[in-house]
Amino acid sequence: MTVQMDGAIRFDAVSKAFGPIRAVETLDFVAPTGAVTVLLGPNGAGKTTTVRLTTGALIADRGSIEVLGMHPMHQGDEVRRRAGVVPPKPAFYDQLTGTENLRFAARVFGASEKAALEAAERFRIDDALDQEVGGYSTGMRTRLAMARAVIHDPEVLLLDEPTAGLDPESARDVLKLIRELATRGRSIVLCTHLLHEAEGIADHVVLMNKGHAQAAGPPAELAARYMADPIVIFDAENRAALEPLAKLDGVIDTTWNGAVHATLKDLDRLPDLVASLVEGGARITRVEPIVPTLEELYFEMQRTHRPEDVDS
Amino acid sequence: MSWAHIRAVAGVDLRRLFQSKDYWIPLVMMASLFFVIIPFFVLSVISSLEQSQFVDQLTDIVGNLPSSVNQAVQGETPTARASYVVAVFLLAPIAIIVPLTISAAVGSNAIVGERERGTGEYLAHSPITTSEIYVGKLISSLIPGYLATFVGFGIYAVVVNITVGPALGGWFFPTPGWIILILWVIPPFIAIALSIILRLSARVRSAAAAQQASSLVTLPVIILSYSVAAAVIAAPGASGIWVGAVAWIAAIFLTIRGAKKLKRERLLGVASDV
Repeated sequence: MTVQMDGAIRFDAVSKAFGPIRAVETLDFVAPTGAVTVLLGPNGAGKTTTVRLTTGALIADRGSIEVLGMHPMHQGDEVRRRAGVVPPKPAFYDQLTGTENLRFAARVFGASEKAALEAAERFRIDDALDQEVGGYSTGMRTRLAMARAVIHDPEVLLLDEPTAGLDPESARDVLKLIRELATRGRSIVLCTHLLHEAEGIADHVVLMNKGHAQAAGPPAELAARYMADPIVIFDAENRAALEPLAKLDGVIDTTWNGAVHATLKDLDRLPDLVASLVEGGARITRVEPIVPTLEELYFEMQRTHRPEDVDS
Repeated sequence: MSWAHIRAVAGVDLRRLFQSKDYWIPLVMMASLFFVIIPFFVLSVISSLEQSQFVDQLTDIVGNLPSSVNQAVQGETPTARASYVVAVFLLAPIAIIVPLTISAAVGSNAIVGERERGTGEYLAHSPITTSEIYVGKLISSLIPGYLATFVGFGIYAVVVNITVGPALGGWFFPTPGWIILILWVIPPFIAIALSIILRLSARVRSAAAAQQASSLVTLPVIILSYSVAAAVIAAPGASGIWVGAVAWIAAIFLTIRGAKKLKRERLLGVASDV
């Protein structure tokens, strides 16, 4: 897969191994500027290594990486100055207070203490800043990590499993905060193996497995590629009148699941199909094209990329 | 190299250390033992002796020392001269043991500790260069040991002048050799030991392993430093200045080399040999 488009982050045939373990293998992807890119994949897919390569914390064995037009290998300090990272299980100096940890971050990134306090307020951790971080809950640590990551208003934000270990309410809050950041025009890369987490937040999806990008693109484009045949739900007061649907021109397949789930060749055929059913006496109550969820798309992509399926 | 970054790294470490009672109580106890309790006890006992076999032996030893050293020994009576020798020559090299031990304990955990806590990941993603991290860690490890020595030295001076001073006609301490030792010779020796210990701290897998390794490094450095310290005090002046200058050159060379060797991936714990 050769990447053509420009973006905030660009990986081109990047590989990184640790001894015999190939963490990332000829990885190609582009994270578009000002969008939320979700690196989606199971544990061990190479997502964390990808984040580390992005900031130059790790140096690639092969391939080319560009971040904001710079090469992390040679301009790592500048890349890191313009990027913010929330690592999985964010760590702090636990004996110090939230304020002291944020003050350290401000000094590291050349930001003001006022910016640190504003970041804390934005992530609603300002009330706990006088406490030692060692006494923080997981949710509070994540909020502090988010505040610490945006203290210098980074152009690129890398979030590695930011909701790991959080209760559903805290996770929802964190995702909401990420959405808010995205609306401010920042380029965000979110690593996750949780499909529901990526749902509704992803402008761009990179499906990773075994250090490789199996597929990449906006969810709608991926849906068109991997779930090309549209599915429409039909229901009627007299459901028996829907039985002829399976034999109509343009219908590939139908299944009964409470209502009729019809796989069509083309959505353009939908008005004709509805007209035919109505002419046949159906009193239609529901006609709803299904927009595939990211979960459905993920499993479809995984199925498509399984070696046995590809071979067959 | 950004001094703001170095100050940030050293500052957060020092703040953490001094907020932890587990750290500074043993530090104070150790410094008190070597700079106050042992000297006070030993010097009080010797000063109270009118004549003893120990004083005679010490007088014989001093008599066999080079004439320059012999002439430097003050005191009219054998007891006063023996007290002077113990206070100035024999207890002096303790000043090198305390900072090296304290700094080694802090330095051994400096980098591997970041990795074990997970804060190494944050540093690895930050714009702080590895050289700045290394120098910051060196400073934050050096300061506690040197501070303990500097304060301890001041207290030791008071103890020595109170216990031995009356027999010598008043306050006589510190001597020039001690001043050269404390201000010029000890800092580079701590830095030499730390430059090696920090490299070990970056390479080993755990804090426990780092402490084991650092003790192996610290022991020969202490023996070397002890000899040097004794020589500097016995023959202060140009030789002390030169010894310090050579130590400073070695410390700067080893620090630059160590700073260049530290790799960002060691903060993450994913280097192939970690």
